[in-house]
Amino acid sequence: MKRTVPLIIAATVGFVVIISWFIPYAQSWGQNVMIWFDILAAIAIVLGGGNLVKMHLRKVSDRRSGWGYSLITLLAFFTTLAIGLSKFGVNPSELYPDYVWSGNHLQEGGGFWWIYQYLYLPLASTMFALLAFFIASAAFRAFRAKNVEAIILLGTAFFVLFGKTYAGVIVSKAPLEWISTTLGWQTDALEMFRLDRFQETIMDTFNAWGNRAIMIGIALGVASLSLKVLLGVDRSYLGSQE
Amino acid sequence: MRIAHLSLSVMFLTFLGSFITPAHAQVPAPPADVKAKDLPNDAGHGILLTWKLSPDDKIDMSPRAVIRYEIHRKLEGEQEFNTKVGEPTYQKTSFEDKKCELGKRYFYQIVAVAPDGSRSKPRITTKATIAVMQLFDTRRTWFGIILLLVGGAVVYFIQVAQRGQDLKIRKIAGLEAFNEAVGRATEMGRSCLFIPGILDINDMQTVAGITVLSHVAGLAAEYDARLEVPTSRSLVMTTARETVQAAYLGAGRPDAYVEDNIYYLTDEQFGYVAGVTGSMVRDKPAACFYMGAFFAESLILAETGNAIGAIQVAGTAMPSQLPFFVAACDYTLIGEEFFAASAYLSGEPHQLGSLKGQDFGKVVGTGLLAIGCLFATAAACSQLAGGSELTKTLNTTVDFIKDNILGDKGFLP
Repeated sequence: MKRTVPLIIAATVGFVVIISWFIPYAQSWGQNVMIWFDILAAIAIVLGGGNLVKMHLRKVSDRRSGWGYSLITLLAFFTTLAIGLSKFGVNPSELYPDYVWSGNHLQEGGGFWWIYQYLYLPLASTMFALLAFFIASAAFRAFRAKNVEAIILLGTAFFVLFGKTYAGVIVSKAPLEWISTTLGWQTDALEMFRLDRFQETIMDTFNAWGNRAIMIGIALGVASLSLKVLLGVDRSYLGSQE
Repeated sequence: MRIAHLSLSVMFLTFLGSFITPAHAQVPAPPADVKAKDLPNDAGHGILLTWKLSPDDKIDMSPRAVIRYEIHRKLEGEQEFNTKVGEPTYQKTSFEDKKCELGKRYFYQIVAVAPDGSRSKPRITTKATIAVMQLFDTRRTWFGIILLLVGGAVVYFIQVAQRGQDLKIRKIAGLEAFNEAVGRATEMGRSCLFIPGILDINDMQTVAGITVLSHVAGLAAEYDARLEVPTSRSLVMTTARETVQAAYLGAGRPDAYVEDNIYYLTDEQFGYVAGVTGSMVRDKPAACFYMGAFFAESLILAETGNAIGAIQVAGTAMPSQLPFFVAACDYTLIGEEFFAASAYLSGEPHQLGSLKGQDFGKVVGTGLLAIGCLFATAAACSQLAGGSELTKTLNTTVDFIKDNILGDKGFLP
């Protein structure tokens, strides 16, 4: 029963969404199902938030290693929650100026906005900035010329990276002009060998081919897995029967 | 006498005014040939309006004589066009009114409007138009046919497998590595970390990740390894808990299941990354699994895992993140391999049958690609040879494949 009911719900909702794609009359059904999911996900945040608080409270009370971080997490959580709910620093809306709480909690200059703008965004940007260093370290390993495939990869990466910079354009322009004047070839015929054009060819042709092959495989995989889930062939995501 | 003076003054000012009015303030000419018809492939709430541009609505005119068109509608029997339905800008020749009621008879009026607000004479549709509901969206006919073919093949091969026919499935190294990874974590006395992506449970990649989690949890229960699953969505957390609990139960170790090892961090992308990487650096898990939808965080997670020396297996259907996982992980499940994982790992014949169904889809796709390439090449060669009736036929075939079979122009051209 514990698995059958969710399975029936999943199958019904799944087929409704498929049908709404083909039958205009059912279009609104599909949209309604999506709205139900949004409502469900919004309510579920209480579960997530509750779990977060429970976990960190336990860690602090048990004085487990790293409990200081948990304390900071809890402080940040409750401060943000209180400021967001109380609409601290938010001016009343123009429509209802007599009601103190009528302003939007995301209003510019408000406490919640301030936390997002001056605390969350810089922290998120810092994490994102780490990516630059990680790309360098991953590229260093990936492009080590240890076999033929790695050498081809390294060469391709060199052309693409160099071609995307101004240096690539400048460096490749001079030899091409020299070839053109020495051999008397037309410059237009050699244009495709300019590094900026060459990297475009690599990206738009070879890279696009590979990507499309992967995309076709993904589309078929999604269709197949969806069908297995809808038909109840794959039930591993539903948990236990007991 | 005074009245005569006043009249003369008014006439003089009116005369003077006619000279100082700028040219673009003149009343624009109305649009022509206004037609309305039912909007195709909808649920009966749309009417498509078309017209010919006002002669004053010229593409390179500056300043513009027409700045927009105003469209009003009325129901049959009403006197005035009271309902404004839209204001398309200059140079537009069509408008879709999607707020009609099914079966009602509408008339439309359209006027061209100048920048100073002066309006042209109205043009009205000559007969009433009714919005009709279509039973089937014909633009998606070919998509439906291909879906039926692939879906039918999946169901057929599942039944074939259930009858006991042996199906050959190639080995997928990434999936074979699961045992090795969990075994290594057990030997080292460290934990396994499973990350089911950062999207919610309504994303198919998350569902695929959860099915893989079921297998990893079964192995962890069997080997008595600690499994941690930080999630970035509350619903994923609850689903993952159910799945892991079922896997522990299936392995005969329900007592080893610890609910708190599957926990929620935050919905925010980089907040989640900070939490997970922090825990990775502190706890140093011996095996990391990244199975689901990932974005910019993929490389941060995988490189951190690499730095702590964990054995890493990743699987995603995000093509832009695949190179990062390939560079930083020991094994990567690329696209369809990831979706095939649950069937492959379960080893159940009826699940393996679905993989054969996928192969049939590939045959259809490859066939269409080959035919399209063949016809397009032949058309280009024929064009070079001077062009003929054959070139036209070949081009029509290529267009049919592009626009009808793979596009949204309906069953037939």
